[in-house]
Amino acid sequence: MSNTKLDKIVDKIDPSLFDFASYDASGAERTGYSDYSYWQSTFHVFLKNKVAVALLILITALVAYTVLQPYLPNQKSPTTIYNNVKTGIQLRNQAPDKEFLFGTNSIGQDLWSRIWSGTRTSLQIGMLVGVWQAIIGITIGCLWGYVRKLDGIITEIYNVLDNIPNTIIMVLLAYILRPSIFTLVVAMCITNWLSMARFVRNQIIIIRDREYNLASRCLGTPISRIITKNLLPYLVSVIMLQLALAIPMAIGSEVFLTYIGLGLPLNTPSLGNLINEGRIIMMVPSLRYQLIFPAVVLSVITISFYVIGNTFADASDPRNHV
Amino acid sequence: MLKYSLKRLGKSIITLFIVISIVFLFMRLMPEEGYFGQGYEKLDLIQRQTILTNLGLNDPWYVQLGHFYKDLLKGDLGTSITYRPKVAVSEIIKSKIFYSLNFGLGALAIALVAGISSGILMARNKNKFWDKLGNGYIVIINAVPAAVYYIFLQLYVTDIFKLPILFDKGNPLSFILPVLSMSLGPTASYAMWMRRYMVDELNKDYIKLARAKGLSNRVIMTKHVLRNAFVPMAQYLPASILYTLVGSIYIESLYSIPGTGGLLVDTIQRQDNPIVQALVLIYASVGIISLFLGDMLMAGFDPRINLEKQGGTR
Repeated sequence: MSNTKLDKIVDKIDPSLFDFASYDASGAERTGYSDYSYWQSTFHVFLKNKVAVALLILITALVAYTVLQPYLPNQKSPTTIYNNVKTGIQLRNQAPDKEFLFGTNSIGQDLWSRIWSGTRTSLQIGMLVGVWQAIIGITIGCLWGYVRKLDGIITEIYNVLDNIPNTIIMVLLAYILRPSIFTLVVAMCITNWLSMARFVRNQIIIIRDREYNLASRCLGTPISRIITKNLLPYLVSVIMLQLALAIPMAIGSEVFLTYIGLGLPLNTPSLGNLINEGRIIMMVPSLRYQLIFPAVVLSVITISFYVIGNTFADASDPRNHV
Repeated sequence: MLKYSLKRLGKSIITLFIVISIVFLFMRLMPEEGYFGQGYEKLDLIQRQTILTNLGLNDPWYVQLGHFYKDLLKGDLGTSITYRPKVAVSEIIKSKIFYSLNFGLGALAIALVAGISSGILMARNKNKFWDKLGNGYIVIINAVPAAVYYIFLQLYVTDIFKLPILFDKGNPLSFILPVLSMSLGPTASYAMWMRRYMVDELNKDYIKLARAKGLSNRVIMTKHVLRNAFVPMAQYLPASILYTLVGSIYIESLYSIPGTGGLLVDTIQRQDNPIVQALVLIYASVGIISLFLGDMLMAGFDPRINLEKQGGTR
């Protein structure tokens, strides 16, 4: 039975496959050529994740809207208190209607424009913190991981700084400087770079003694060049991830700082401020919209950045490129 | 091992010393109004100075620091200045830690069981329904600030199940929601790491060998994958247990539980230096001890890890 089967397979083989091939210059060229491009593959892998792409479109639209919103027609000011035209009484806690899309807050300010203004503030804080955290964290992390003499010293400094509760530093800064966007950014940067630096350091320790770096060192490459050309490109994906996560984290700390009473003054709306204002009056069911609207906007922003960051980090890891 | 432990202990004590001294000096940088509370405006300059001198705050900073360490060596943390005047700091903290510890340990127990089992479930159904559901949960919990979902849980779950909104010592029903809310975050992180380590482990070559030689899936999972995946998790276990002492600011203030959560912020704002110093001492020790125990535990779980030798070509 099996013999007959084998015979038939052998019969079907094309004998021309066993002829010697003639040399073909362009054919040989084709096998040696690869059209692999790092960034192209990264975007290709990223685009495969439909959820992340949808969130990317959503967040782009949202960010564009927050930037453009003050210049659009018929927008109200986020800090003006609106009065009833006839009676002159403040329009307090007005439920959402055509005039005030998200209603008004407890002193008659327009919640719609306050939310977009708050989103602007929070995104601004998030991006500034992300950029500074990356600059400080990567610089110190690279030195810490690569320069052996500094390892002991920086580790001890890290242990000390890591064990000082953040709240003490934040409260002190709030005393020394007036609470403002700048103070918040400084306060968050003073402590946030630690985790980034430790992360970069651990990654660098893993790859710094690989053969190509050893070879590079033997050839006399200066340290600065080894760090920027040999090591940092390896870390693009993880740095991207940390940057994307810095925004939800900064928004989270802003909410926390506002919660413990160290946030921005009320005339600078921010998502943390709005949620805190909403929390104070949440026990009245008809006023819960003042908590729900900012919470929804905040969740959409943080979740989007988190998912996009993770997907992009996966996509920029060459091991996931096919 | 003993030599390693001693060396590490010595280093930890130095770190603690520096941390406490820095915090001590930071607290002395604060404006003096904080020591008087509401009455500041009413007092004249001489009265203010007398009060400050009585509190020992007019001495040069090194004398103050010296006093502080002398008392500390006797095991005396001092007495509260403004938070609950004339009450021993150790007493204030002791009464509060009881609540934080109980709530924290309850939440941790739930998180360990729920997190690790759902992590295993997700790893075994990778890219299927349970995995996607679990990932959705992890993303939401990690991305949205805790305050936001805590507030919504308190608002709506108490409504739906008719649970009490605030903590009440005599009513066990009021414990449920705070403990559950506190466990949400750790559950997500335990599930995430368990899944990740298990997936990493499942992709390794020795698992392929085990499959090839015909071991049953169950043996592979329990004897190889779980044990190896648990090693890196073990490192953070002491930290999660000890950090329950710190308490949760959000939960304790939302449900008005008299725990340690808000104590640090409260006392910094009221400039009750002795309490702040004691708390910082506790928190920093907790951080250092849990790191040490974590390393020990990891070495215990995995015989390949040797803490004394400097590994590799570093």
